[in-house]
Amino acid sequence: MSIPFGYVSPEQQMRDKADYARKGIARGRSVVVLQYEDGILFVAPNPSRALHKISEIYDRIGFAAVGRYNEFEALRLGGIRYADINGYTYDREDVTARGLANLYAQNLGQIFTESLKPFEVELVVAEVGDTADEDHIYRLTFDGSVFDESGLVAMGGQAEAVAGRLKERYRDGLSLADALQAALFALTEPGGERPPAGQLEVAVLDRNRPHRKFQRLAGPRLEALLAGSSAGEGAVDAGTAEAAAPQDGGSQTPPTAPEGEIDTGSGG
Amino acid sequence: MGSHRDLPAGMVNHIFTDTGSSSFSEFVRSHAPDLLPGRNETLAAPVGDQIPHATTIVAATCAGGVVIAGDRRATSGNIISQRDMEKVFRLDDHSAMGIAGAASTGIELARLYRVELEHYEKREGRSLSVAGKANRLATMIRGNLPMAMQGLVVVPLFVAYDPNGDSGRIFSYDVGGGPYEQHQHHAIGSGSIFARGSLKKLYREGASPEDTVLTVLQALYDAADDDSATGGPDVIRRIWPVVAVLTADGYRRLSDDEIAENVEAMVESRKSSPDGPTAPLR
Repeated sequence: MSIPFGYVSPEQQMRDKADYARKGIARGRSVVVLQYEDGILFVAPNPSRALHKISEIYDRIGFAAVGRYNEFEALRLGGIRYADINGYTYDREDVTARGLANLYAQNLGQIFTESLKPFEVELVVAEVGDTADEDHIYRLTFDGSVFDESGLVAMGGQAEAVAGRLKERYRDGLSLADALQAALFALTEPGGERPPAGQLEVAVLDRNRPHRKFQRLAGPRLEALLAGSSAGEGAVDAGTAEAAAPQDGGSQTPPTAPEGEIDTGSGG
Repeated sequence: MGSHRDLPAGMVNHIFTDTGSSSFSEFVRSHAPDLLPGRNETLAAPVGDQIPHATTIVAATCAGGVVIAGDRRATSGNIISQRDMEKVFRLDDHSAMGIAGAASTGIELARLYRVELEHYEKREGRSLSVAGKANRLATMIRGNLPMAMQGLVVVPLFVAYDPNGDSGRIFSYDVGGGPYEQHQHHAIGSGSIFARGSLKKLYREGASPEDTVLTVLQALYDAADDDSATGGPDVIRRIWPVVAVLTADGYRRLSDDEIAENVEAMVESRKSSPDGPTAPLR
């Protein structure tokens, strides 16, 4: 049996694509998504005020992404269309994060297998429920895999290290200010400098808001929260920082890509 | 690989086809045209009076905002088809609309328009300007013109809080579109003639939102007094007009208790003077 010239085995192709996507994603900065007492918090270091990594999809659904902007922007817009048309056709409560995650998974999977170049993106689709138990956080990788996460997610460059630091500080029912502190601790390399408020993109899905739950936090409100107190929030819930043990219910360190050896392409 | 190469970046679902515009209704037109109200099919015969019609909506500006109110009656010819219909809709934090005319088309229109505003906001990361919102609604009304000619006439009254100028603004429409910006106050629907007369006499420029709520409640009462299709406050069933106040703080619909208190006081004073408060002669 002769192998035609230029033949690349499917396994090899997939490995090359996965490797390519992983490298692209790892170049970017991280984004963290975590639950807090009133909903779900999104934090991303992002010097741009115009190009968002975090955005609203629907009443209860938020979106966060890392990787190539044009690629995840196309996914974001598609998600908004999906949500709006379903909410308009049926009812607003018939739009779910699960449906949206499925749509993304189908498309990302198809692109990964069929296109020459996979999307260099990783997404989180989060939905806030009436109680913390009804919150859903789905993480999607470039190959269309969906992970149902509980509590916290980190993705992007150094996702494993960031997730590790986040788990040190995370626990159930953090106040907003404490959750923000935990996120910043995770996003800051040990010994590094914390990003200033102007370099942060922060948003929440707050289950206590009427109508649309998504809200961006910026300006004075964010600075008040960053000042370490719960002043911007009204609720004071500090002083339990020693209970910083990692959650047993938390997921394993999330991989940024499917398992498997990375082929370096050096032919070895 | 071929079939979905025409879609952006190899995506498989047409939800990812970009129409090149931030308009939700344009996307619906290309993706699922059946869902749009005001389709260009013509009816065999005009339906006119056979379907429920929504009646009177009044709006008046107040200090730092605008108040909109609607009665609760829907009529099909001489039949009262619903006693507790809602004809005032929240669109987003700073705008609302009321509908008069064919109730079914109006409700559908309000739902579509709300998604239209939200869709733009989510895509673009900013809200449309008040004028932009008013213009967008005009094209949507014009799209319903063929149906309007068959009897499914619906016209909205659009109100919004405008942060430029910290004031409320009112826009009216006809079946061909619009918008017509109205100053101080306006009313639409079958009882609007009577409501406008009442508003003219009772409107006070720069009045507080609370006082303006009283003005629009009086105007609705006057409309119901003289127009058979407008429902007055139903004290037996405790069905009150829908009243919403839009200010810098956002959209706030008054609770039934708040309205009941005002309406009961108004009804009480009308027992001694049935035509309501009088404006000073000079």
